[in-house]
Formats: sequence, structure tokens, C-alpha cells
Amino acid sequence: MADHIKKARPHVNQNEDLIFERSSAGKCAYQLPPLDVPPADTGALGGFTRDEIPGFPEVSEMEIVRHFTRLSTWNYGVDTGAYLLGSCTMKYNPKINELVARLKGIANVHPYQPQEASQGCLKVLKLLSESLLEITGMDAITLQPAAGAHGEMTALLMVHAYLASQGNPRHKVLIPDSAHGTNAASAAMAGYKTLNLPSNSEGMVDLATLERLMDDDVAALMLTNPNTLGIFEERIAEIARIVHARGGLVYMDGANMNALVGVSRPGDFGVDVLHLNLHKTFSTPHGGGGPGAGPVAVRKQLEPFLPIPTLIEKPDGSLALDYDRPASIGRVRAFYGNFGVLVRALAYILANGAEGLRESTEEAVLNSVYVRKNLEDSYELPYKRPALHECVFSDKRQAQHGVHTGDIAKRLIDYGFHPYTVSFPLIVPGALMIEPTESESKQELDLLIDALRSIAREAEQEPETVLHAPHTTRIARVDEVQAARRPILRWKPEPRT
Amino acid sequence: MRYIPKSPEERETMLRAVGCDSIDQLFESIPSALRLGRELRLDRGRSEPEILRYFEERAAENAGDFACFVGAGAYDHFRPSVVDAMISRSEFYTAYTPYQPEISQGTLQAIFEFQTLMCQLTGMDVANASLYDGSTALPEAVMMAVRANGRRRVLLARSIHPEYRQVLNTYLQHQNIALDEIPWGNSGQADHAELQARVGSDVSAVVLQSPNFFGVVEDVAAATKIAHAAGALLVVMITEPVSLGILHPPAEADIVAGEGQSLGVPLSFGGPYVGFVATREKYIRSMPGRLVGQTTDSRGERSFCLTLATREQHIRREKATSNICTNQALCALMVTVYLSVYGKKGFRELALQNVAKTQYAQKKFLKAGASLRFSGPHFNEFIVRGEGSRGLDAKLRQERIIGGLDLGRFYPELEGDRLFCFTETASREKIDKLVEVYAAHELTVHAAQQQRS
Amino acid sequence: MYPANFRYSKEHEWVNVDGNVATVGITEHAQKQLGDIVFIELPGLGAKLEAGKECGTVESVKAVSEIYSPVSGEVTEVNTALNETPEWINQDPHGKAWMFKVALSAPLWDELLSAEQYEAYLREEEGH
Repeated sequence: MADHIKKARPHVNQNEDLIFERSSAGKCAYQLPPLDVPPADTGALGGFTRDEIPGFPEVSEMEIVRHFTRLSTWNYGVDTGAYLLGSCTMKYNPKINELVARLKGIANVHPYQPQEASQGCLKVLKLLSESLLEITGMDAITLQPAAGAHGEMTALLMVHAYLASQGNPRHKVLIPDSAHGTNAASAAMAGYKTLNLPSNSEGMVDLATLERLMDDDVAALMLTNPNTLGIFEERIAEIARIVHARGGLVYMDGANMNALVGVSRPGDFGVDVLHLNLHKTFSTPHGGGGPGAGPVAVRKQLEPFLPIPTLIEKPDGSLALDYDRPASIGRVRAFYGNFGVLVRALAYILANGAEGLRESTEEAVLNSVYVRKNLEDSYELPYKRPALHECVFSDKRQAQHGVHTGDIAKRLIDYGFHPYTVSFPLIVPGALMIEPTESESKQELDLLIDALRSIAREAEQEPETVLHAPHTTRIARVDEVQAARRPILRWKPEPRT
Repeated sequence: MRYIPKSPEERETMLRAVGCDSIDQLFESIPSALRLGRELRLDRGRSEPEILRYFEERAAENAGDFACFVGAGAYDHFRPSVVDAMISRSEFYTAYTPYQPEISQGTLQAIFEFQTLMCQLTGMDVANASLYDGSTALPEAVMMAVRANGRRRVLLARSIHPEYRQVLNTYLQHQNIALDEIPWGNSGQADHAELQARVGSDVSAVVLQSPNFFGVVEDVAAATKIAHAAGALLVVMITEPVSLGILHPPAEADIVAGEGQSLGVPLSFGGPYVGFVATREKYIRSMPGRLVGQTTDSRGERSFCLTLATREQHIRREKATSNICTNQALCALMVTVYLSVYGKKGFRELALQNVAKTQYAQKKFLKAGASLRFSGPHFNEFIVRGEGSRGLDAKLRQERIIGGLDLGRFYPELEGDRLFCFTETASREKIDKLVEVYAAHELTVHAAQQQRS
Repeated sequence: MYPANFRYSKEHEWVNVDGNVATVGITEHAQKQLGDIVFIELPGLGAKLEAGKECGTVESVKAVSEIYSPVSGEVTEVNTALNETPEWINQDPHGKAWMFKVALSAPLWDELLSAEQYEAYLREEEGH
């Protein structure tokens, strides 16, 4: 390994086949209790029965444990080290969250238990709702959406319903060119055409362009604030005025809320509706891609359109779910939301309290500004305005040596870090989007800065090292082209014909 | 704050390094009028024992350790200890979506195994890496069918989970896709004569749930013939996949979608669960959600990566097959571990125990004078006709039983009927107690009615 | 690099006209921009194309690009081999990776460029 890599070391364990390939007839990992009723009469199943499932695994408990433990060691998690993905807010996932989400009486409550027997769950929903409303400065909230994109769709359906109630739902949604891809896809699902809003030379909303594009057929502006460059839209109040003057609504993608909690509230700067990502800002684990939760908070005028059910307090002080809401957009999912995720988010808010939440925001911003300051000399900074919780460089200087952002990312793995977000936002060609979060210590950040500086040097002096990275991982660079050209999406017992 | 890894001195050093005198200076790009200027009105930060106590108190207000005889889309199955032990490996649960395959092979291989298991269960060729839940898998499957054949009318069995149908309505409200309902017949299965009468060359898909919301097993093969004759796709929803341990897989269908909660995911008051969609090879590119594929690395070693991503929102934006980004990977991992534990023999035995308990409960109810609503084959749920079950829940709660969903909230025509569910966790003793309380309750209701009349 | 007997569209398709039949593909520049091509969707036999309208897609691992027909007419032949070997588009975009042939129903579009004009157009695009 190169001398200049300071801490990362490869480590050893056995290779691990697919669980199906470990299988052999007669091994098992289960034992059911003896049946205390007469055995099943399969004749009563109307002939719709099957035999044992061919190819299903037959393995012992020990092998299962080894299998998944070994697989886990090929992963990189927040608990392994800094996870720099911009706009993903890969912060520490506190362990108490996991403990409380697994408590008996929380983890095993059936969603159709009578409401009198679910008061504890409903109280959790209530306290979380109230906390998020205080944090966002909004008037009402639904906790049901399962993720950010689901929240976006929910919110746009509400926008549609609200504007329809005002006489005209309109046809278009304005989306800045720096936005997340989900924005456009969600708008399409809510029946809106998307209209691209080009950013200005500072990476921000261009007021003149907004003024020109904002007409009586635009339902909403979907704004990420701070935007995907980490820059706070300082003219947000004017932006909101322009949109409101033409009868539109301001939607905020709350993916970057980790820059604002305790410092500034969307409800105080003109936002009408926003979604939060509890799996980003509020520390619930990403789980290798999910589950998350994407609550949607709104201003008063949108409240009648919230999805059913909503939470209400009855005259006797008990809590209940209200389904009788004629203006509601309807139901966006079965039951009431990703409750287990909501529990974890509430545990995080309780642990932090007002002071801790603000302090986390401050530390997240300090970390990003520190990284940016220390890398400005090595990497091109296309947008120079002060940014908050994340910073975006470009590979312009390294590209002269044939090294691109994707290569730098792969090389960063050798130094023991999970890469930043590659090639996003789209307005920065060759983007390196770094969000360190508040969870990184000064030592870890200094190591990261060293690593990225070292890679910048390598790009000049020994570009081949970077181009063929990673060198220290269990497997080398993966052939994604082959995967897409000849898709193999499942294991099969015989070779494919 | 204990989650912040920084000493006051380090903070000062860093502030000085970035040329700031105070933390506030970092936020100068936010106009001061838009800054909060006060502390949030939330409590002080709490210690771990305080947080634990708060949630323990909430847990005690729920009926957590009662016998649960309700299913209806969320099933109380035992979760082997290995499941939580494995998903608690923090390399799994604190990882992001596996965008960097070289350091995400654990998640990727596990998802590849999940996709394979879902194919084996459903009899389909390919399955995706998960969707939010079963209810959102329904609109995703319907929109997929519409993409695949371009038709814009969908026939939907009324015996599909009512909340799923509500979700479908919400998703489709601005998509110009028409929905039509298929009623059920006396057996509780979808009425195939009605299906035959309503299907036509404008129908994109026919959607059934099997076992349906009433626990009745549908004749998927026969329904498929009717749908295919009209050039429509057949979509099968599954909400209780443990049934696939004994029931014939819906292999004749074109799309199978549903909910995987039964397979090792905790009830957790309704979520997070794990949706899925599986289909035939020819519809791969119309599929929503992420897919993991097998490939090789530059040294020729087998490896896995996300693939066919051009269907997805981050590339195709408003033309994507779905807006889904975050999915339910950790819940999919629970399913993968759970199915590995039960395996080929155990999964069948598990399904058979569900059938045995359910048949026992049916007999007990019949013996107690109750009557069952439907005559078709049942897996682990069935409906007991009722005269009006006000007051029953309270009586059952005294016996530490949660039982029977009053169907009136979803189907006015079934007011008073109760949907019961019996999994392998149901003990004979508790089933006997349930039927005893139910029968006594019905008797008093009857007596009261007779007195009135 | 760019055959002189072809005409080119600003969407980076090429056209080779032989009598009443036009052969269409995407240019060297287009394949380079996309990178390794993994999937292609072509118009069906008999499809009626209109110049300037979408008629298919080309996909790499991380990008999708529409194919805009540079000519109007009916599709008479489709290079189905590309479904199995999309990599030909990277290897030989102006040759064996031709995409479809069209029986022209209208005179060639005025806006199509000569090889020389197309190369100048590419230089201009790069300058931006």
C-alpha cells in the first residue's frame, strides 16, 4: 500500500458464496413448537397447493450467522467511518434509538389494535408531530410518507387539491436545475409538468428568470434550501413573494434541513409546504437504502388536504385517528407511517433537546466550512459564496490529467473513507459534493483533508494509481457495463441458457 | 451534547482556522431577519435512562403482550432471534444505498439473495430490491402494467385490502387511469363471471389479491386465462407471503407485488414494512425501484452492483418508472435472514401450522354456533358473521386478547362481521378462550335483540 | 472521422441516403458523450417517422438519450443485432451500428448539416 495512506488497512475474512450455494439437503436452522391442534387438512385448500420450493436454502443457524456477518464486513457504514455523501446527511445513528424501537409494546403492536389499546403509540406520534412543527415553524403535519420522494408526491397532491379548491389546480411546477431527481419524478406522479429553472452564476435562484417563468399556470416552486450547493437562498423572502403574488405555493425539499434546525425555520421564511427526511436530519439509520420517513409539514391553508388519517385529541384527553376528512387527498399508504422510524427520530430529538439540536446544526456547518477552507487550494470551487452544511468542488483541475470525480471517489476508498456524492448537482460538471455532518471529529476531518490533498497530488503525479482505484478493497472496480448489458438479477441452480 | 465528537478547544481551533470569531458568523448568509434568534421551544436534552423510561411508559400504554388474532395486512409471526442479531450489524444498518459497490458488497449480495428468494416464492423471473410497503406496491404494479401495454383501464377485485385500494386511488388521481371493481362471489373469491363481463380490449390489467383480504385463496390460473384472452395483464397482490409456503405460487400472473412484513419484519404499529414487485423477464425495464445485478470486478471476481438504473428518477427524472429513491433495504434483509432460517422444509411446515391453527379455530367457531361468511379455501384468515360486535373488544381485552377486525369500517355490507387471523403463534388455549368470549358475547347480543323485538 | 457523404443532425444522428432509402445511426460524438452503451430501443418495422421527432432511446449505465429521427418516412429495416450487441455503437457508430432504414416520404430536411458543418458545430458546442 502507498506510504501516504495513513490509517486504512485491508482486512481478512473468508469469501462467502450465495446462501443458496451453501445449501445442502437436510440442514436446517429452525424448530417450530409442537403443534397443539390437529394437523392441517391440505385437502381443504382447494387443490391450490405446492410442494417444497425448489432452490430454497437449507442451511444451519451457524452458517447463517457466519454468512451475514461476513457480508456485513464487506460494507462500510457510518459506524465504520466518515460517510461524506452530500445531501444524504450520514450522521451518527444513536444506539438508544435502536433499543427503544425494539421494546416490547412498541415493536409488536398491531396497527389494527383498538385505539384504546394503542394510546402509547399515538402519544409518540403526537410528541413527534409537535416537535417537528416547532422545528419547522409550520402549522400542521403528516408523519405518514415513507421517504422523501413519497413526501414530495404527498405534498404535491396537496398542492393540487388546495389550488383546485381555489378554482384552478394549474399545470406546471418550477424546479431549479440544481434539484434532486426525485422532485421531477414526484411532480410527474402528481400530474404536473416540470419547468426547468436555471440557476444564476452564483448557483442560486435567478429572480429575473423566476419572475419571467412564474405565471398563473405554475402551481408551485420546488426549492431546496439551502440548495444542493449548500448555499442558503438569501433572497428566499423575495422568491416567496414572487411565487405568492402569482398565486403559487413554495414547496421546500427538506433534504438539507440539517443546516437549519434551531437556527432558521422554513415557516418563518415563506415556505408553504415541505418534507423532512427523518433518515437524514433526525438520525434514523439508512439501513443500506431504507427504511426512511418523509413527514410533510404545511401551513394552515393546506391542513384540510392532509392525507388520512390525522391525529386528534378527544374531549376526554385520549388520542384518536380521524378518517373523516372530506377534503383530504386520501390515503398515501396503509396504516400510519413508518412508526419504527418515527420512534427513533423522537428518541433523537429527546436526547438532543433544543440546545443539542442547535449545536448539531452549528457543528455540521463548522465541519463543512472547515473542509472547504482546507481543500480550496487543491480542488476547484466553482461557486464561491459562503455555504452551510455541505460544499461542492469540481474535478476541473484533476480532469486535465484524465482523472475524474468518479476516480477520486474510488481512490478515497483506499484512504478509508466513504466517498462523497459523485457528479451531483448537475450544474457542476464533475462535482464532488461533500457533507461531513456534525458527527465527525477534528481528527477524522484532518485525515480526510490529508487524503483528498494527497489524491490531488496523485492525480498530477501518478494518475494511474487513481484511475485504477480502489486497490485495498476485497473486490476491485466493478464492471457496471456488463451488469447492465447482460442483466443477471437472480441466482439460478443451473447455468443460464 | 454527547453525540458531538469535539472538545471546546478543538472547536475554537477550527473556528479560527476558517476565520470566524463566533459560530454565529457561520450563518451570516442567512439574513438575520430569517434567523430564529431564540432557542427552540423543546425540552432540555435527556439522558439515556430518561429516554428509555419515556418509551417504556408509552409501551405500557399499548396492549403489547396480548394474544393477537388480527391480520388484515399485518401478521403476528414469530421472529427468530437470528434476524435481529444479523440486521443489528451496524455495517448493514448504518450504510447508505450501495452506490459504491466496492465497499457495499454486503448489502448488494444480500439484496441479490432477496431478489432470488422473492422469485422462488412467487414463481416470477425477476424481483426488485423492495418498495415502501404492500399498499404502495399496488399503484406501482398498476402503473407498471399501464406502461407495459399502454391501456388505461384497470379492473380491481373488491376483495383487495381496502387501504391498498385507497392508496391506489390517491396515486392515480391525476394519471388518467380508470378503475373498475370486480365483486366477490359466494365462495369469497373474485366473481369470474363478472370479471369476464367487464374485461375488454381497453383493460390494461386485472388485479387480484391472494389470499384476498378475507383470507380466501383465489383461482389465479383461471383469472389469468380470462385476462390474457382480452390481452390484459394479470397482477396478483400478496399481503401474507407465508401462505406461499404451501399455496401454489401465482406463476401464471404477469406481475406479482405485495407486502413482505410477514417474513421477519416486526408489526411495529404498521411500519416500516417491505413492499416488493416481481415480474416476467420481458417487463424488466418497466419495473419500479432498484435492482441489483451480478457482474465481475476488473480481476474477474463475481461481484454485485445496482443496475438498470436508467429507469430511475435520478437519471430519467420526470420520465422515470417511479419516483422511489429510499426503499426498505433493511427490512428486505430481515426477510432474507428469516427465509434462510426456515428454509425449504421449515417454511412449508410453518405455513402448514398456520393452516392447522386456522382450521382448528374455524371448527371451534362453528361448534359454538357461529357461521362463516365464505365457503372458499382459506389460508390463515376467515370471516365470522356477526350481529354487531359492539363491546366485544373490551371483553376480549380483559382476557388479554386482541381479536377480530370489525369489517364495517371498510365494507358497509359486512357490518358486524369479524375478520380473524390465526398464525403459528396462536395457542390452542387462547383460541378456545377467544371463541368462548365471542360466543358468550353473541349470545347476549342476540338475547338483547330478541328482547327488543 | 465524419464521412463526407453523410448528413448530420444537431441531435447527433447521421443519415446516409441511397436513392429513396435513408440509413440512420448516431454519431461518433454521440457515442463518446454517452459512454459504454448498454441498451437500445429502436422504432419498429413499418413505423412512420417524422423528422425531428423522438423515435427511440440509447442508454449507457448512467445516461439516457433520445434518438430523434433526422428524416421522415417509413421504417423498412431495423438493425436488431444491436439489441444483443449494443457495444457495436461504441465500436463502429458510422458502420455496422447503423440503426434503421427509412423509405423517405419527404425531401431531406434543410437543417441537416454536411460533415464539415457538423464538425464546426461540434467545435462550437465544445467552446461553450
